[in-house]
Amino acid sequence: MDLISNLSLGFGVAFTPINLLYAFIGCVLGTLIGVLPGIGPIATIAMLLPATYALPPVSALIMLAGIYYGAQYGGSTTAILVNLPGESSSVVTCIDGYQMARQGRAGPALAAAGLGSFFAGSVGTLILAAFAGPLTEVAFKFGPAEYFSLMVLGLIGAVVLASGSLLKAIAMIVLGLLLGLVGTDVNSGVARFSFDIPELTDGIGFVTIAMGVFGYGEIISNLSVHSDDREVFTAKVTGLWPTKEDFKNMTPAVLRGTFLGSALGILPGGGALLAAFAAYALEKKIKMRPGEIPFGKGNIRGVAAPESANNAGAQTSFIPLLTLGIPPNAVMALMVGAMTIHNIQPGPQVMTSNPELFWGLIASMWIGNAMLIILNLPLIGMWIKLLTVPYKFLFPAIVLFCAIGVYSTNNNTFDVWMVAIFGFIGYLFVKVGAEPAPLLLGFILGPMMEENLRRALLLSRGDWSVLVTRPLSGGLLGAAVLMLIIVLLPSVKSKREEAFVEE
Amino acid sequence: MKIKSQKDFYSGIMYMGVGGAFAVGATTYNVGTGARMGPGYFPLMLGIVLLLLGGLITFKAMVVETEDGDKVGKWAWRPLRYVLGANLAFGVLLGGLPSIKLPAMGMIAAIYALTIIASMAEDGFKLKPVLILATVLSIGSYLAFILLLQLQIPVWPTFITG
Repeated sequence: MDLISNLSLGFGVAFTPINLLYAFIGCVLGTLIGVLPGIGPIATIAMLLPATYALPPVSALIMLAGIYYGAQYGGSTTAILVNLPGESSSVVTCIDGYQMARQGRAGPALAAAGLGSFFAGSVGTLILAAFAGPLTEVAFKFGPAEYFSLMVLGLIGAVVLASGSLLKAIAMIVLGLLLGLVGTDVNSGVARFSFDIPELTDGIGFVTIAMGVFGYGEIISNLSVHSDDREVFTAKVTGLWPTKEDFKNMTPAVLRGTFLGSALGILPGGGALLAAFAAYALEKKIKMRPGEIPFGKGNIRGVAAPESANNAGAQTSFIPLLTLGIPPNAVMALMVGAMTIHNIQPGPQVMTSNPELFWGLIASMWIGNAMLIILNLPLIGMWIKLLTVPYKFLFPAIVLFCAIGVYSTNNNTFDVWMVAIFGFIGYLFVKVGAEPAPLLLGFILGPMMEENLRRALLLSRGDWSVLVTRPLSGGLLGAAVLMLIIVLLPSVKSKREEAFVEE
Repeated sequence: MKIKSQKDFYSGIMYMGVGGAFAVGATTYNVGTGARMGPGYFPLMLGIVLLLLGGLITFKAMVVETEDGDKVGKWAWRPLRYVLGANLAFGVLLGGLPSIKLPAMGMIAAIYALTIIASMAEDGFKLKPVLILATVLSIGSYLAFILLLQLQIPVWPTFITG
C-alpha cells in the first residue's frame, strides 16, 4: 500500500539519530520560548530560523516543525496559567483554561491540553499522509468568494462564543477588522490610518495588541481590586492529573475537536485558528451533563476541544503548504521561507521530487508530538509551581516579559509605546464590559477578508450576489446566518445568558 | 434621558466614535467602486457598520432596563498609571530618547526601573524585596534572552559599551 510505504520511507528518514536529536532540540527550544508570555510560535520560529541555516534541508525542516509544536504547546501553557495567549489560536484556550487554573485545576487543564494535542496530532498526521493528494482538490474549489464567506462564518462563530452582549461582540469584531486594516494597502500601496508614522505603515503587530489588551489590561484590572478581595488563584491545587470524571468529559470533546480541526485545517486561511474557535463554539452547543461546570467558568471541555482542534488543524494545514505551496498562516509562511532558503520550491512537485523530505517531515511531526508529551507531562508540576508565586512578584515579571516580547519582535521601542496604548484600551474594554477575544480574531482576518472580497467582486464585476450564488460560498454564508438565528432564538438566548451570568 | 446601562452606553459611544473616525478617515483615500475597490472602500464600509452598531448599542442602553444600571465603576488610576508608566520607562531607558538627549541605558537599567515602578501599583511597597525581584529578573532575562536566544537587545548603557 502506498500509505504504508510512504510512511515507512518517512519514518526511515526521521528516525535517524541525528534527525531525532534535531526534533528534540526543536521541541525543547520551542517549549522554553513559547512558555515566555508574549512570544508565540511566529516570533519563536523567526528567532530560531537562522539557527537552521547550516543544517541539511530535511533536518532543518524537522527542527523547525519541532519548534513550531513546542512553541504552540508553550503558548497554551501561558494561556492557561497566566491568561496570556502566546498566539492567536490559544485565545480560546484562555477562556476556560485560565478559569480552571484559578480554581486550582491547572494540572488537569494542562494535561487535557497536552493529551488532546497529542491525540489530535497523531490523527492529523495520519490524515495528512493518507489524504494529502486527494484533499488538495477540495482546496482548488475555493475561490475568493468562498474564502470571504468562510471568514464570515468563522467570525460569527467567534461571536457566538463571546460572553455577554451579542451586539457588543459583533462590534468588537468590526473594530478588530478595522484595526487590522491599519498599514499599507497591498493593492494600491497607500498607507492607511498610519498618521504618517513610518512604523505604522507595517500595520499594528498582533503581539502588540494581544499583550496590551490581554496582558496589561488584565493586570491593571486585577490590581484595581484590593489585594484581599482578589481572586487570582486559589492556593490549593487539587491534583495534577485529570480525574476520571474529567476524562469522561474530555474524551468526546477531544474527538470532536480533532475531527473539526482536521477538516478546517485543510482550508487555507487560518485553519488552526478557525478550528479552535469552531471547536469551542461546537462544544458549547453540545448539551451539558448535569453538574458540569458552565463554559467560561472552567469547563475542561473548553480546553480539550480547542486545543485538539488547534493541533489537528496545525497538522493538516501542512497540506495546502506542501501540496499547493500556499501558506495558510504566518507560521507556515515562515516555513515557506525556510524551504526556499534550502532551495526547495514548495508546491505539488515536492511530493514527487523530494519524497524523502515530504514524508520525512510528516513522520517527524508525529515524532515531535510524541516528544512534546514526554517532555511536558512531567513538567506540569513545575509550571504549576509558577502559580504559587505571590501576585506582587508575578505581575512585574509579566509586565517585563510583555515589554521585552514586544520590543524583540521588531527591535523597536515604538512597539513599546503602542503596547502601552493598547494596555489602556484593554482596561477601557474591561470597564465597559467588552470582550476582547473577538477583536483579536477580527484583527487577524481583516486584511484577508478585504483581499478576498476585493478579488471576488473584481471577478464578478462588482456584483455582490456572487457571494450567495456560488453554492459553496452561499452554503457557508447560510450556515453563518443559521448560527446567528440559533443564538437569537429566545430559548437559546436565555440559556446563553444563563451560562454567562456573573457570579 | 436616563442611562439604563452605563457600560453599554459608554461602549456604544466608543464604537460610534471609532467607527465614525475610521469612516471619515477612509474617505480621504480613494474609495472606488465594488468592482474596483480603492483603499478606502472596505474601511469606509466597516466604519459605517461600526457606527451603526454603536448607535444601536447606545440606544439599547437607554431603553432596556437593567437590574443595577451596569455601573462602569471607579477607574483604577493607580495601577493604570504605574503599570503603563513602568512600560514607558522601560522603553525610554532601553532605547534612549534622542529628543531629550537621553542615551540608551540598556536592558538591565530598564528592568530595574520597570520592576520598581510596576511594584508601586500595589499597596505595601517595600524596596528590598522589589530590588531582589529586579535582580532575579535581570539575571534571568540576561540568561534567557541574551545568552540563549541571542536577541539584539542593548544590555548596558551606550556610554559604557561605546
